[in-house]
Amino acid sequence: MRLYGKFFVMHLKSIMGYKTSFLLSCLGNFLVSFNVFLGIHFMFRRFSRVEGFTYSEVLLCWGITLLEFTLAEAFARGFDTFGSVVRQGEFDRILVRPRNVILQVLSGHIEFSRIGRVLQAIVMFVFGIRMSGVRWTTAKAAAVAVMLLGGAVVFAGMFVIYAAICFFTLEGLEFMNIFTDGAREYGKYPVSIYGKRVLQLCTFVVPYALIQYYPLLYLLDRGKPWYALLPLAACLFMVPCLLLWRLGMRHYVSAGS
Amino acid sequence: MKKYIAFFRLRFSMGLQYRAAALAGMATQFFWGTMEILMFRAFYRTDPASFPMTLQATCAYVWLQQAFLALFMAWLMDHDILDSIVVGNIAYELCRPINIYNMWFSRNLANRFSRAVLRCMPILILAVLLPAPWGLMLPASPLALVLFTLTMLLGVGVTVAFCMLIYMLSFFTISPTGLCTLAVSTVEFFSGAIIPLPFLPDGIREIFELLPFASMQNVPLRIYSGDLAGSAMYRAIVLQIFWLLLLIAMGKALDALAMKKITVQGG
Repeated sequence: MRLYGKFFVMHLKSIMGYKTSFLLSCLGNFLVSFNVFLGIHFMFRRFSRVEGFTYSEVLLCWGITLLEFTLAEAFARGFDTFGSVVRQGEFDRILVRPRNVILQVLSGHIEFSRIGRVLQAIVMFVFGIRMSGVRWTTAKAAAVAVMLLGGAVVFAGMFVIYAAICFFTLEGLEFMNIFTDGAREYGKYPVSIYGKRVLQLCTFVVPYALIQYYPLLYLLDRGKPWYALLPLAACLFMVPCLLLWRLGMRHYVSAGS
Repeated sequence: MKKYIAFFRLRFSMGLQYRAAALAGMATQFFWGTMEILMFRAFYRTDPASFPMTLQATCAYVWLQQAFLALFMAWLMDHDILDSIVVGNIAYELCRPINIYNMWFSRNLANRFSRAVLRCMPILILAVLLPAPWGLMLPASPLALVLFTLTMLLGVGVTVAFCMLIYMLSFFTISPTGLCTLAVSTVEFFSGAIIPLPFLPDGIREIFELLPFASMQNVPLRIYSGDLAGSAMYRAIVLQIFWLLLLIAMGKALDALAMKKITVQGG
């Protein structure tokens, strides 16, 4: 953990070399997710509800999903550039160091301009909670905390899979974006609006509905209390992800020069 | 002119090499389009009366957008260019006896076209085969198809001309990433990449339609389905030509300015 802190400071210093650009990137990243908010906002200027969810309920959903994603991204986005790490043979360098491999990959690339997105996520989260009109109890607050935890774990698992695939293909697959950026993008609406099949897929194959739709129903007093515990079950998703990562490591053949 | 066409051809055939990447990209875009349409379906089912376009036109918009993604997406910047400015390799390009604006312009056009050519057909074919309201309809009329092709070319021109402004500005800012993200997110929203412009409330929409961003994908994608027709359509085409010329003029001016005071970095 101390090592991670050191890497953190190092990256921060290097980015401060280009201050204007850094500020602009923060602003840009802020705007990217603000765009999504505008999209939702304007859709609801025209339509009052979608499949039984109102504007404020969708905002709550979006706020939570975005924060889940950002939490995962803040720590695990190092996996995102992993394709080039493998291709350039830099992974050898990581392997010979006497430190945990995952930790090194995590700290290899820390994107500070995502601060804009973190900020946006927090703003949306607070805004969503204020707007939602949910009567908050301790149990519900705890449910939100569990959602954030479970969500961050599931998204982080996606980043791990993304990196693990790089061991085999040597290149980040654009296809995987569906499960990371795509899930964030379409997680703005509760999964159920996309239809029954998508809901089933997101329940049993990739547990997005477990961290978003079902606990949300509980928050809105429409679901059973045990729905709130589903995000914990979703954490199990990390197990196959790490297994795949290990399989990939064993499969790794050095590349580059 | 000949040299720029040569550059175009070089880049175009280079882009055609990446077939595996194109396959992965197509799958992604097909999925993306499906999700987008499922989302619009949810809104449509809840309240069909408030839908500003016909369902068919909306689906056509989404599929065409996905099929020709590479033509219009602002985030598809040429990172070689940006890197060459940061690293200093730009010096080699400046040694050549050609105009850098024109060269990059043709290079960018070629990049976008080669990507689009590789990817569009399978998506279009699959989309046409989908059942009635969800798939890609046939063009509203033969004239619509002709105008769609024409405005698509104009739209790509406007998009590239806009990207050129950013390349030129990076001569002044040294590290271009910030500028890029900022510009890209602006374009995304104003051009109708997030939600089609007709879905915006009246009052805001009229202003948006005058901006250069509306001249990118908004015009061709809506002409195809007949959503944009009649005098409004001709006004939009004139506006496209106007913005194309203005953006190119601005880019050229910046080009001249940058060449005068350029400092090459790196050693």
